[in-house]
Amino acid sequence: MKFERKDILGIKDLAVEEVNHILETAESFLEISTREIKKVPTLRGKTVINLFFEASTRTRTSFEIAGKRLSADTINISASTSSVVKGETLIDTARNLEAMNPDVIVIRHSAAGAPHLLATLVKQSIINAGDGAHEHPTQALLDMMTIKEKKGGFAGLKVAIVGDIAHSRVARSNIYGLTKMGAEVVLAGPATMLPRDVRQMGVKTYTKLEEAIGGADVVMMLRIQLERQKQNIFPSLREYSKHYCLNSRNIKLAQRDAIVMHPGPINRGVEISPDIADDLSRSVILDQVNKGVAVRMALLYLLSGGNE
Amino acid sequence: MKLLLTGARIIDPAQNIDTVSDILLEGGKIARMGSDLLKAAKSKGTEIKIIELAGMILTPGLIDMHTHLREPGQEYKETVASGTQAAVAGGFTSIACMPNTDPVNDNRSITEFIKKKALEANLSNVYPIGAISRNSAGQQLTEFWDLKEAGAVALSDDGKPVMDAALMRHALEYASSLELPVISHCEDINLSAGGQMNEGYYSTILGLRGIPSTAEEAMIARDILIAEFTKSHVHIAHVSTEGSVRLIREAKKRGVKVTAETAPHYFTLTDEALQAYNTNLKVNPPLRSAADVAAIKEGLADGTLDAIVTDHAPHASTDKELEFEYAANGISGLETSLALSLRLVAEGILSLPELTAKMSFNPARILKLPKGTLEPGADADITVINPQLNWTVDVKAFCSKGKNSPFHGWEMQGKAVLTIVGGEIKYDGR
Repeated sequence: MKFERKDILGIKDLAVEEVNHILETAESFLEISTREIKKVPTLRGKTVINLFFEASTRTRTSFEIAGKRLSADTINISASTSSVVKGETLIDTARNLEAMNPDVIVIRHSAAGAPHLLATLVKQSIINAGDGAHEHPTQALLDMMTIKEKKGGFAGLKVAIVGDIAHSRVARSNIYGLTKMGAEVVLAGPATMLPRDVRQMGVKTYTKLEEAIGGADVVMMLRIQLERQKQNIFPSLREYSKHYCLNSRNIKLAQRDAIVMHPGPINRGVEISPDIADDLSRSVILDQVNKGVAVRMALLYLLSGGNE
Repeated sequence: MKLLLTGARIIDPAQNIDTVSDILLEGGKIARMGSDLLKAAKSKGTEIKIIELAGMILTPGLIDMHTHLREPGQEYKETVASGTQAAVAGGFTSIACMPNTDPVNDNRSITEFIKKKALEANLSNVYPIGAISRNSAGQQLTEFWDLKEAGAVALSDDGKPVMDAALMRHALEYASSLELPVISHCEDINLSAGGQMNEGYYSTILGLRGIPSTAEEAMIARDILIAEFTKSHVHIAHVSTEGSVRLIREAKKRGVKVTAETAPHYFTLTDEALQAYNTNLKVNPPLRSAADVAAIKEGLADGTLDAIVTDHAPHASTDKELEFEYAANGISGLETSLALSLRLVAEGILSLPELTAKMSFNPARILKLPKGTLEPGADADITVINPQLNWTVDVKAFCSKGKNSPFHGWEMQGKAVLTIVGGEIKYDGR
């Protein structure tokens, strides 16, 4: 199939065939990262700019490695070193970058919709590396790649996503992706963390962890952010972890072969107990990170016209 | 000079008139209405300008009781001159401007300055609205008496809701002794904190912080209770939700002195439109759900909502061409309000006289202005509408400096083609 998209702004707009095509392409790239010489010349002469307006280690590193393994020149711009602090608008930043003729711009921004704004302004391909509480498409793709590998597919699977859904772009992208691919998605968290009318996205919601993970094939825990406590989304980490921490006791409610996922970074003992996080018979958290490089390689390749 | 307008369908809700007739303007006032004026005028041989208006609709000059003119302080967004130019182009002969200028219109000198600028512009009438509290900070009342003497016709901290219920109580009581209406921007800022759009399915999928309908309704409920308790008049600004309409309807039924307005975007657009993060759709209160839009239309039809206002909020491109979160709230509305409101007539929600009342007579009544009627002796403020004119909204053609309209490119039917203020033609788009 020919990949026609200019940008990857979210999972919402991707067709099932496109998701499959991206995952298959990523699978074919997995092997490169296991070689002794982890580099292919595929994107030699292409330039990828990682434009990060929000702190990130994992995602930025993953994109950088992905670009480098394909021989693209990757440049990282973080908000603290850019002209943003001088008060330049996103539009002006975008036009300046555009004038330097990169091929792909990867953007992470705390404001939902910022990648969409960028995509309307510049001719280059834009990859959304996370925008506010909106979408994080590459995370969902790497999650789906991991699930596909471990479970063989999506149809009939029950996936429970637990935590602060309201503030989670990972949850939104996964809801779109997994429901599109035929999985059943259920959400759990205190009502303060379940965004309004989220059921219209085709999911079930529970306020108790135990109800959500019962019979689940995949349990995806989300990072709880301490600063939300100030907004009275939850009273204390103590109480949160008492009721929403995945541990060796409540995991028994899920399928015996259920896998445990987390987009990271994990708060050990808060949303996931250390023994679960480290239980390699269940935890696929590091597999996810591994797949992340392959998924990002695939997107850089597809958007740079790699399959023309 | 005399002006004779002939052959238009004349609508004057104040006198219950809806008929094809002629109307004579003399000395800045309405002189007479009748079907034989043409012959009489010609025979007298005095200097008279005759304007033939067959097929047109002639109404008392439209009044927008909720405009932002941005001057003093934010002249890059709008000035009194550019705003009143937009007003007459949109068919408005009078506008009342909100006090959230910089500095805030919280004292006589600012009110007088705005009046002076309006006189210099010499286009529409301008009625400043004074702030309720100094600097609209919600702490200390402004000098209502002084503001009234300087020309303020109402009081409001629009944009900065009065969170302190005791301050609102005292404002309503003190203003009632001066017969000044208090216009309340109803928003609980704790409930709306950080909000970017209506809270619901679309805010959930867009990942934007929601503003719950409750943020508006809780404050409307409060203000209704205070108005009821103090037996004073409160006017609710820019009503946007189903619950708000219900609260106001119930309050009116039991005799509370409450009046209310809405704006065209609240009966035209829903939050579904925001999916491309178009910042021209960012407005406060936010665009709501389809059920809210239906309720707003119902509220207009049954009289719960007394007035249609523009909430004209002009912004420069630098305020809007930003990430959605950072973009300013507001729609430049003076030049699209009438056409959008005429759709209500086409849809059968309002009759033309009812619409005219909501855009002229009712705002005049609420603000206690001697306007909004074509009775002999009244000021000759007149709007002539071509109901058949098809046109396309083009923000580049706006008189307003604010090009921030989500209606750019929309096909419209009906437009003001002649705007007469005090007997003088201020806009002629025929």
